[in-house]
Amino acid sequence: MPDLSGMRFAETHEWVKQDGATATVGISEYAQSQLGDVIYLELPAVGQQLDAGARLGVIESVKAASDLYSPVAGEVTEANAELKDHPEYVNQDPYGKGWIIKLRGVKDNPKLLDQKAYEAFVEGQSH
Amino acid sequence: MVVTAARTPLYEEHVRLGAQMTNFGGWAMPLQYSTIREEHRAVREAVGLFDLSHMGELRVTEESLAQRLVSRDVTRLRPGRIQYAVLCNDAGGIIDDVLVYAMRDSGYLLVVNAGNQDGDFDWIRKHAQVADAVLNVGRDWALIGVQGPRAVGLVQRLTKSKLGDVKYYAFVDGTVADVPCLISRTGYTGEDGFELFCGSADAVRLWRALLEEGRSDGIRPAGLGARDTLRLEAGMRLYGNDMDADTNPLEAGLEWTLNLDKDFIGRDAIIRNRQLGLSRSLVGFKVLDRSIPRHGYRVVSDGEEVGTVTSGNISFTLGYNIGMAYVPPAMAEPGTRLGVDVRGTAAPAEVVPLPFYKRPHPK
Repeated sequence: MPDLSGMRFAETHEWVKQDGATATVGISEYAQSQLGDVIYLELPAVGQQLDAGARLGVIESVKAASDLYSPVAGEVTEANAELKDHPEYVNQDPYGKGWIIKLRGVKDNPKLLDQKAYEAFVEGQSH
Repeated sequence: MVVTAARTPLYEEHVRLGAQMTNFGGWAMPLQYSTIREEHRAVREAVGLFDLSHMGELRVTEESLAQRLVSRDVTRLRPGRIQYAVLCNDAGGIIDDVLVYAMRDSGYLLVVNAGNQDGDFDWIRKHAQVADAVLNVGRDWALIGVQGPRAVGLVQRLTKSKLGDVKYYAFVDGTVADVPCLISRTGYTGEDGFELFCGSADAVRLWRALLEEGRSDGIRPAGLGARDTLRLEAGMRLYGNDMDADTNPLEAGLEWTLNLDKDFIGRDAIIRNRQLGLSRSLVGFKVLDRSIPRHGYRVVSDGEEVGTVTSGNISFTLGYNIGMAYVPPAMAEPGTRLGVDVRGTAAPAEVVPLPFYKRPHPK
């Protein structure tokens, strides 16, 4: 289990790890297991401004296409280029090399959940 | 409202194997055990094991009844042989696609889609002269698919029946792992292999014996996810996706399942349809960028909507994305360029012949 202590989660199953005003965003272990085999991601352009909760792109698995939402407001500085040839990284390592975008000028979002609260939320959803 | 999904005799096995379950046609079925990609590959390169017990089985004892409802001339089907056919309504729309087994002790077995079994049963019974001319035996039987290049060798090690004598679309009665089975050389994956019908009470024993014996072959249990990506590559239609009661067999590219020189329900409408000319045809297409086509997406040409995608996904075997769609007959020629509307952008695509994938001939 990777160290998730610094991460916070949205109820739409994205995680964010903030370091001052910059942040990295991905999807949770639970989300990747629900999606199954990820085969394609449509990601935002560098420079795009995202609001908290705004659609940042689309993730496609064999099963379905799903929207991705930005857990925090900020400006896109990078989209994970590795995922173009290796979308399966999102399944294999959702908190590591399966990261999706990086942001700067990030504003805190008080609505996000810490790991414990997110796990309780997922537990409640799956019953 | 809580709808309880029906369980096959192998339900507990799936749970024990860690399957992610899904509701399909009213049945709790395994979607995947590991990943769809790995299960897909196991079937193409080794062997995969499928629980198909949700499929319906209808026993039709009256020959004239089968002849009246099935699109093919069942009287020409020799005992021990199988045909793919359709059931049509009066307007020529497809009620279901079925496999017709000519049984050795007279009569026919129809293997029908899970979600259609009750409707098919009612439809057939409505046309029967005597009440017991059709029996729904689906709950008595389990069905296990063994598919892939190593499937025949695996099943052969567990049976005395000479499987080399069982041709494609033929069946024999025998035992597999000491379980009495109808051994059918059929499948829905594009690979060689068998579908084994056995009594529900024997299903777990047969399933475990195949998994155990198949270990040296690299066997994997495979779920409905892989079943769908496999059948799509093989160009096989999925009822409810690629055709339904508003589709006629000519549009669906199933003219080869029709014996129009004999009478069956829907025949006259189909002949009329052919004379009038078709308004659409089902085609295969490959996507020329990375976009993934999905059921219900619009097909566009020069900014106009010209058709609808019925199935689409990644092709793990071919390494690009593929789909099937209804398009005007003028656009059905291989090589024709189309657009697929993926979230407002026309993804470039090209009509290609079906099937997308054909298994290599055995060496």
